[in-house]
Amino acid sequence: MLIFVADADVSWEFSDLIEAIYSAPTYHLVFEGCLILFIVGLLFQHSFLPSKRRGGSGDRLSKAEEDQLIAEWQPEPLVSGDPADEALLASYQRCATSQVGRSVTYSDGRTLVNFATGNFLDFIGEARIRDRALASLRHYGVGSCGPRGFYGTMDVHLHLEEQLAKFYGCEEAVLYSYGFSTIASAIPSYAKRHDIIFADERCCFAIQQGLEASRSKIIRFAHNDTAHLEELLQRQAEHDRRDPKKARVTRKFIVVEGLYVNCGDICPLGELVKLKYKYKVRLFVEESASLGTLGATRARHLRGGRRQRAGRGSDSGWNRECSGPLRGFVVGTKYVVDHQRLSGLGYCFSASLPPMLAAAASEALTMVDEMRGERTARLKSVSDRLHQRLLAELDNLWSVEGAPMSPIKHLRLHRCTGENSLPALEAACAAAADAGLLLTVARYVAQDLGQPAQPSIRLSVNCNHSDSEIGSLLDFLKSYATGLAKKCFQQLNISRKVRPWII
Amino acid sequence: MADNDHSEEPTPYIEAIVTYISYVLLAVFGHIRDFLRNKGFEANMIATEPDRTKSFVPLYQNFESFFTRNLYRRIRDCWNRPITTCPGAEFEVMDRDSPDYGWTFRYPGSTTRAVNFGSYNYLGFAESSGYCADAAVAATEMYGCGVGSSRTEVGSLNIHTQLERAMAEYLGTEDAIVFPMGFATNALNMAALVGKGCCILSDELNHSSLVLGSRLTGATIKIFKHNNPADLEAKLREAIVYGQARTRRPFTKILIVVEGVYSMEGSIVRLPEIIALKKRYQAYLYLDEAHSIGALGTSGRGVVDYYGCDPRDVDVLMGTFTKSFGGAGGYIAGSSRLVRHVRQSSHSAIYGASMPAPVAAQILTALNILLGRAGPPDEGKRRLRQLSVNAQYMRARLHQLGLIVYGDRDSPVVPFMIFMPGKVAAFARLSLAHGLGIVVVGYPATPIIEARARICLSAAHSLDMIDRSVQVIDKLSRLLRIRYSRRQPPDWTRDRTRAWAEAQLAEFSRPLAPTHVASSANGVALIGA
Repeated sequence: MLIFVADADVSWEFSDLIEAIYSAPTYHLVFEGCLILFIVGLLFQHSFLPSKRRGGSGDRLSKAEEDQLIAEWQPEPLVSGDPADEALLASYQRCATSQVGRSVTYSDGRTLVNFATGNFLDFIGEARIRDRALASLRHYGVGSCGPRGFYGTMDVHLHLEEQLAKFYGCEEAVLYSYGFSTIASAIPSYAKRHDIIFADERCCFAIQQGLEASRSKIIRFAHNDTAHLEELLQRQAEHDRRDPKKARVTRKFIVVEGLYVNCGDICPLGELVKLKYKYKVRLFVEESASLGTLGATRARHLRGGRRQRAGRGSDSGWNRECSGPLRGFVVGTKYVVDHQRLSGLGYCFSASLPPMLAAAASEALTMVDEMRGERTARLKSVSDRLHQRLLAELDNLWSVEGAPMSPIKHLRLHRCTGENSLPALEAACAAAADAGLLLTVARYVAQDLGQPAQPSIRLSVNCNHSDSEIGSLLDFLKSYATGLAKKCFQQLNISRKVRPWII
Repeated sequence: MADNDHSEEPTPYIEAIVTYISYVLLAVFGHIRDFLRNKGFEANMIATEPDRTKSFVPLYQNFESFFTRNLYRRIRDCWNRPITTCPGAEFEVMDRDSPDYGWTFRYPGSTTRAVNFGSYNYLGFAESSGYCADAAVAATEMYGCGVGSSRTEVGSLNIHTQLERAMAEYLGTEDAIVFPMGFATNALNMAALVGKGCCILSDELNHSSLVLGSRLTGATIKIFKHNNPADLEAKLREAIVYGQARTRRPFTKILIVVEGVYSMEGSIVRLPEIIALKKRYQAYLYLDEAHSIGALGTSGRGVVDYYGCDPRDVDVLMGTFTKSFGGAGGYIAGSSRLVRHVRQSSHSAIYGASMPAPVAAQILTALNILLGRAGPPDEGKRRLRQLSVNAQYMRARLHQLGLIVYGDRDSPVVPFMIFMPGKVAAFARLSLAHGLGIVVVGYPATPIIEARARICLSAAHSLDMIDRSVQVIDKLSRLLRIRYSRRQPPDWTRDRTRAWAEAQLAEFSRPLAPTHVASSANGVALIGA
C-alpha cells in the first residue's frame, strides 16, 4: 500500500520499510489509511452491473408490490382451446383387431388391403419372426426393466448389435429402443453449440428435433440439390479461411435421409460423399425407410460403399419399417459410434429395447441376409410397376411424387378434381376403405419445417402386393377421382349457366 | 403417511477430501498414461479417427475422451453387465473378463447367479410366465409384434384403446394416452404443452428426458433446488413478477416439472406443498411418475395416492411402464381436454410408431391385476404390500449398518453412499462375486464426490433374500469402510424388524413364487375385445 519512491539504486529492506513508516508525515499515513478503507469498502459493495440488478433500472419491488403483480397475473390455459380435429382424433378410434400386415381387419369386421404402413418387406406377420419373438418372450419376459447400463443389457441386444455391424460392414452398432429418438439423440451427441449442420430442407421431423436439440447453427439446402449444397459449403469454406482459428474447432455435418419419407425420393449419395471429402464435412444418413428397401443394386452399392463410408460420420437408421419391431440403431466406426454409449441421451437414459423385439429384429435381419435381396428386388419391381401405372393411367387425375423405385409415394389430387385439401384426401381414404383398401394421409405437426406444401396420401408398397391388389388400387383411385372431376365439372357448368342470369 | 425427514446427511469432510484426492490422482495417472501412449511406450488402444478423416475437425473434445479412457475404462466392467435371463428377483449375469484392463471384453460363456437389485422391477411383473406373459403371447399371436405406423395414421390397435381406458380408470383421470417409449413420452410431448414465452420451473435433479423435453419446447427454463418448495416459491414469484428476460413481458404460462421419486436420490417429491404453491401462483404441474407409479401408495397409484392428493390437482400426470409394469413405454393422463390436445399435437403420436401389442398386453394385464380383475384375488394388494415392506425393511437394515442412506422411508429406491471411485469399483465387483446385482453410480450421473450404490427393491424379493443380501453388505461395508454415517439411525428403523415384516405380510401368507396358473386361453380372454 505504501507508495515507494521508484529509485532503482535503493534496495529496500524490511527494516527500511518500518523506518519509512515512522518517518512519514502524519497526513501521508492518514491518506494511506483512507485509501485502505476505501478499497475494503469496494470489496464489500454490491455489484454495479446492471444485469445483476433485477428489473433493469429502479429498485427491487417491495413484497406488497410483488403480491400485487402476482395477483394481477393471468396465465393462459395449459391447453389452448384449439378446435378438435375430428378426422385426426377418429384415427385413434379406428382400431385394428388383427396384425397390421398386408391386410388388416377392423373392429367393424372389414378386412382391408394395406397400402398405408411401411411393411415394405412384408415381415409383419412372418411366422418365423413371430416364433422367435415368442420364444424370447417365454425366456426374458416382456420388458427389460432398466437402461443398458443398469442390467438392462441382455445377450440378445449384444447379438443384434454385432449382427447389425456385420450387415453393414461397419465396426460397431448401437441399438436404441425407439426409432424417433435415435436420430434425435444421435445428432446432438456430436453436434454442439457453435457447430454447423447442413441439412436437407425436406428432412423428416425426427431429424429436425435432433437439429434443434443440438443448438448448432443450421443451414438448410434445397432438397436433393447438391449444387446448392456445394455453394453453401463453399461460402462456409471462405468464411473458414478468414477465421481459421474458429474453423479448427467447428465441426461440420451434412444430414440427409436415404429415402425421404416426406417426398419419397432418394438422396444423391455418391455426390454427397464427394462433397464430404472435398469440404471435410461429416455425413449423417438417416436410413429409416431405405434399409433393406432400396433396389438390389442400390442396396449393394450402399453396403459395399459402406466400407469407405464407415469412418466419416455415422450412418444411422431408425427402422420401424421393414422388420416390424420398432427399433433404431446407429452404425459406423468404433471411433464414431462408441461415443454415443456415454453421450447419446436416448441410449443412456432410456430403458433398453424389450428383448423380444430385439430377438424379432435379429431374426428379420437374418432373413434379409438369407434372401440375398430377393424381396428387396421384388419390392423394387412392384414399386416401379405401380409407379408406371400410376403415371400412365392416372395422369390428369392424381399427381405422383417420389422416385419410381421408391416404395413410398405421395399422391395428390390434380387440379381438375377440385382442391387438394386435407379433408378431400381424408374423404378419399374413407372411400378407399369402402372399396377394401387401407390408405392414409401423411400427417405432420404444424411446426414441421420439412412437410410438403401440399397435403398428400402417403402410399406404401409391400413387396408381396399382387397385381390384382395394385389393380384394385388403381381402379379405385381412377373412379374416385373421375367422380370428383365430374362433380367439379358440373359445378363449373352450373356456375357458367348461372352467371348470365346474374348479370 | 408422509412423515419424511427431508434432510440428507451431508458428506463428511474427510471423505470429501479423500474423494477429491482420488480423482486428482486418477487424473494425474491418466495424463502420465496418455503421455506414454502418445510417445509409443504403451500400446494405444484408443479408437482413433481413421486416416481418411484425419484432417477433419475431431468429432468430440479431448476432455470427454480423457474421462472415458482413463477413468471410466478402468472400471467399465461395473456397468452394462449383460444378463441372460428375465430381470426378475434373481438373474444370470454373463461373466466377462478383460485381457486389457477394460478396453475389450471376452465372454467365456459362463454366467453368475445374482439377486437382482438393479432392475426397476418394482411390482415384480417382469416374469417370463404367468398371467402377464400369457397375455403378451396371446397378443403377439393376434397382432404380431410390430405395427409400423403411427397412431394418427393407421397404427391404432384395439388393445391400445383398452389400455388407455384402463390406465385412465386406474389413475382416476378423465383420459390417458400411451406411447411406446418412456424417454420419448417426456422428450417429445412437452413441446405440445408449452412453448416460447412460457416458463418451465424444473427440479435440478430431473431426469435427462425431462431436461431434453424442456429444451425442445423453446420455453425459458429455470432450475430450483432439489425438492425444495421454498426455493420453488422464490423462483415462481420471480418468474411472475419479473417476467421474461430482456423483453420483460409476463410469461404466458408457467409449468412446474417434478418427478415422483428421484431415481438416483430415492427421495419422494413434496407433492402437497408443491400443489399448494401451484394453486397459489396459478402455475401448472407436470409430474413424472416414472419411478413412483405402481411403487407408492396404498393402491399403487403413485405419489398422488401416497399423499392422498386429488389427481385432478396435477395438470399433467406422466409415467412409464418400464418399471412397475414390466413393459415399455409411457403415458400421459389428465383431463380429457389435455389428452385430446396431446393426441392432436404430440410429436410421438404423429410420427412415432405405436406401441407393440405384446407390450400393451403385458401392461394391461398388470393393470388388471392391480385393479383386482385378473390373477388370484388380492394379488395386486399382495405385491404392493410386499414392495412396501421390502423397501422399509431393507432401508432400515442399511441405516442400522451405519451407511449413509439417501431418500425417504417409503421409497423403493435405496441409495447409499460410497464416495471414493476405488471403493465404487471394489463394491461393484465384490457384490457381484457375492451374488448381488447392485448398481453403482458415479460421476457424471451424480456430483463428483457423491458416488453411490443403489438398491431397487421389488415385490419379487423375499425377506430371506433381503436378509442374505444385508449380510453380504454388512461384510462388504466393513471391509471397504463405507460406514460413514455420524448420525443415529432414524427412530422409525427401530421397530422395522424381521418380525414386523412378517406380521405385515401375514395376511398374504401364500407362497411368493410367480403365478403359474393361466393358460394362453386365459390370456386371450384377458385381452380380447
